[in-house]
Amino acid sequence: MSNFNSNIPEGELTQKWTKYRSSVALVNPANKRSIEVIVVGSGLAGASAAATLAEMGYKVKCFCFQDSPRRAHSIAAQGGINAAKNYQNDGDSVYRLFYDTIKGGDYRAREANVHRLAEVSANIIDQCVAQGVPLAREYGGLLDNRSFGGTQVQRTFYAAGQTGQQLLLGAYSALERQVGMGKVEMFTRHEMLDVVVIDGKARGIIARNLLTGELERHFGHAVVLGTGGYGNVFFLSTNAMGSNVTAAWKIHKKGAFFGNPCYTQIHPTCIPVSGDHQSKLTLMSESLRNDGRIWVPKKKDDPRKPQDIPEDERDYYLERRYPAFGNLVPRDVASRAAKERCDAGYGVGASKLAVYLDFTANTERYGRIEANKQGNHHPDKETCMRLGREVIKEKYGNLFDMYAQITGENPYETPMRIYPAVHYTMGGIWVDYDLMTTVPGLYCIGEANFSDHGANRLGASALMQGLADGYFVLPYTIGSYLSKEISTKAIPTDHPAFVEAENHVKSTLDRFLNIKGTKSVDHFHKKLGHIMWEKCGMARNAKGLTEAIEEIKALRKEFWSDVRVPGSSDEFNPELEKAGRVADFLELGELMCIDALHREESCGGHFREEFQTEEGEAKRDDANFSYVAAWEYKGESVYELHKEELNYENIKVAQRNYK
Amino acid sequence: MNLTLKVWRQKNSKSTGNLVDYKVSDISPDMSFLEMFDVLNEQLINKGEEPIVFDHDCREGICGMCSMYINGRPHGPKDLVTTCQLHMRSFKDGDTIVVEPWRAKAFPVIKDLAVDRSAFDRVIAAGGFISVNTGNAQDANNLPIAKSKADAAFEAAACIGCGACVAACKNASAMLFVSAKVSQFSLLPQGQPERYKRVQNMVAQMDSEGFGNCTNTGACEAECPKGISLENIARMNRDYLTAKLFSEEEA
Repeated sequence: MSNFNSNIPEGELTQKWTKYRSSVALVNPANKRSIEVIVVGSGLAGASAAATLAEMGYKVKCFCFQDSPRRAHSIAAQGGINAAKNYQNDGDSVYRLFYDTIKGGDYRAREANVHRLAEVSANIIDQCVAQGVPLAREYGGLLDNRSFGGTQVQRTFYAAGQTGQQLLLGAYSALERQVGMGKVEMFTRHEMLDVVVIDGKARGIIARNLLTGELERHFGHAVVLGTGGYGNVFFLSTNAMGSNVTAAWKIHKKGAFFGNPCYTQIHPTCIPVSGDHQSKLTLMSESLRNDGRIWVPKKKDDPRKPQDIPEDERDYYLERRYPAFGNLVPRDVASRAAKERCDAGYGVGASKLAVYLDFTANTERYGRIEANKQGNHHPDKETCMRLGREVIKEKYGNLFDMYAQITGENPYETPMRIYPAVHYTMGGIWVDYDLMTTVPGLYCIGEANFSDHGANRLGASALMQGLADGYFVLPYTIGSYLSKEISTKAIPTDHPAFVEAENHVKSTLDRFLNIKGTKSVDHFHKKLGHIMWEKCGMARNAKGLTEAIEEIKALRKEFWSDVRVPGSSDEFNPELEKAGRVADFLELGELMCIDALHREESCGGHFREEFQTEEGEAKRDDANFSYVAAWEYKGESVYELHKEELNYENIKVAQRNYK
Repeated sequence: MNLTLKVWRQKNSKSTGNLVDYKVSDISPDMSFLEMFDVLNEQLINKGEEPIVFDHDCREGICGMCSMYINGRPHGPKDLVTTCQLHMRSFKDGDTIVVEPWRAKAFPVIKDLAVDRSAFDRVIAAGGFISVNTGNAQDANNLPIAKSKADAAFEAAACIGCGACVAACKNASAMLFVSAKVSQFSLLPQGQPERYKRVQNMVAQMDSEGFGNCTNTGACEAECPKGISLENIARMNRDYLTAKLFSEEEA
């Protein structure tokens, strides 16, 4: 049944996508009108796909669990979106973006997919500007760029620290336009709880209306998931409270393989945990590393205020260890370096689990430039700082405000304290070149799939991938499947497969409510998060992972006998929703540990303590692990490993070097 | 710190609701307002009572989902923050805090503190877009836009669609929300072709949703967590009036 072939087109790398597009089967307009596509999720990937498919003429149903598609967590992306425009004339090109992405991903991504991503990146910026997305501009009226980690060019487009918001609102507007024209039927406050597979093909979903509790059956000739990542398996992450793996996990259990589940991105610059009450962590955009310098005191437990520590007593450890990239090394490298300093006893703040991100030097530099513009060629330091603060405020104002809100400290006066936190998951549902899962007719796009980022994602590439998939890739590739479905009539939803799927969903919901145990869903979620962070987090080892697998199994057993879910299933019941999501995380967590244990190498975000160089860098084992681990669900705790070999024909595989 | 909460409880849209008193203790000043509600809900679940339903998601002030009316002000006592970014250090030990849902005819209560804001989506669907299909855009830098215009459009586009403006307004008017979207596009060259049609369609939809009219009290601007300016309303009125007085060719 399963279809495990990457289906990469033949031909030279730079021609694959062009040739594919001109040769892929088409569906004529009359046929498109009778073909129905279900899109689950309304973030950058889901909303852009739903809007584009509807523009092309398909009948689309789009689902999101929030009260509006505009709330999807893409909205929170801060820093920017990459595109190989070379507007800065700094030598950027499609090839360089491709190369940086493969290298940044520690040589664990598929060449053909990444090259396609780099090719369409420029179209995304054009599309968004045409939609009226107000990206940042220079005084000449042209678009501005900034730098992000893992690259030496400036290719990141942005809208203050709210790039995700502006891009999502662009996609949301396009989606609502189709809703207004009746070409997309939008289902808000609906959660997909199962996929319906008939004769080996995805044919619909079971969704729960979260307000009434009613279970609904929806038919589709194809089903597309753009349901985001699973970072919330750690409980504390930069994800939204509602971000979950449920839709992806349900399709996994129905035959879609799960790719590289252990590849998790720990983002280096987040606001540190302040106490047990904490419900989520907040990111401070990577773009701040453009203008901030990261340091810790050279002396352990230095009691002085950061401002009082003189320059020569500070350890700018990223600049020291990686002089070529400095503060702009990729995220996995920066995170591990912060952990190394804190573990060695140089951490700052009350918890000692934090490092400084200091803007003083660049504030002064900006101020000097401003003063010069105003004709003051010999400004004093105070003038520089005053003018520089204005520049910093314009660039990052909302981030600085957020920091001040959360910590009660003024980041314009004193350096930020930051620490790594779970942010993104490179792993996800395995898909082929067409973005189709191992279940025919079932597609997965955006963060929810595993593709493009390898073992570590570069900053500002998530927005790029979400919109590439939704606007420019899936709408083409889905035609290859749907062109063969033009004579398939809509399947009535009283088909036994729909009935069975609905009954299964109903019995699971009833089971939660009937346990009537003693502990809340959050209690279990926090415990799971703790296991995952300690044993499958920034650094992993065989012993810890083996223990974690047993601990998760035990916790899952306890959950299913002692969780307390109040209320009923025929009403708006957020606790019941949470129970379903945590139940799935309790299964996913185990698979992540199994995957991390089996991958006996370090690569990107996956750092096995047993496999490191003398300098403490990740040590890959290309001879044995240059493959995508695609796991097939075979029943509770039983997963079969399938390997997709990665072949690098256009890039010389090397040890990553940011020194 | 120890606090008394008076929280609006309402089973569903059909039933009537009332304020119910709760006590919470050992609240840390570093908690966010919603984390304080997490503590309260954990208490309620442990006691076998129904937890309080409230909307929230990103908890970093950008998704626009959280929506509590705290001590008579949308998103509480601090300026320019959403409920999720309001921290307990803004309160003091022994305080009594009243928490209600958004109140507006166009935002019916669903349960407890959660309301239905789908009217906003319908207003956007009526015209809050630029009609451009995927795939035909020209190179982005072929269209230079003055930085001042782009920045002003961005400031209008920063609206998070939370609905605090409606909740704050004595008329439950949605003018600030609608005008922010109208302004974003009318400030940009890409928005010109549909400028006058857009404003009329969006205003018509806004009226049909049951939002009230604007009487220039400025409460919306004062309570907006994102500082969306009242100027947007003036801009929308200007466009609307132009559209009503002149034909599209003359405007």
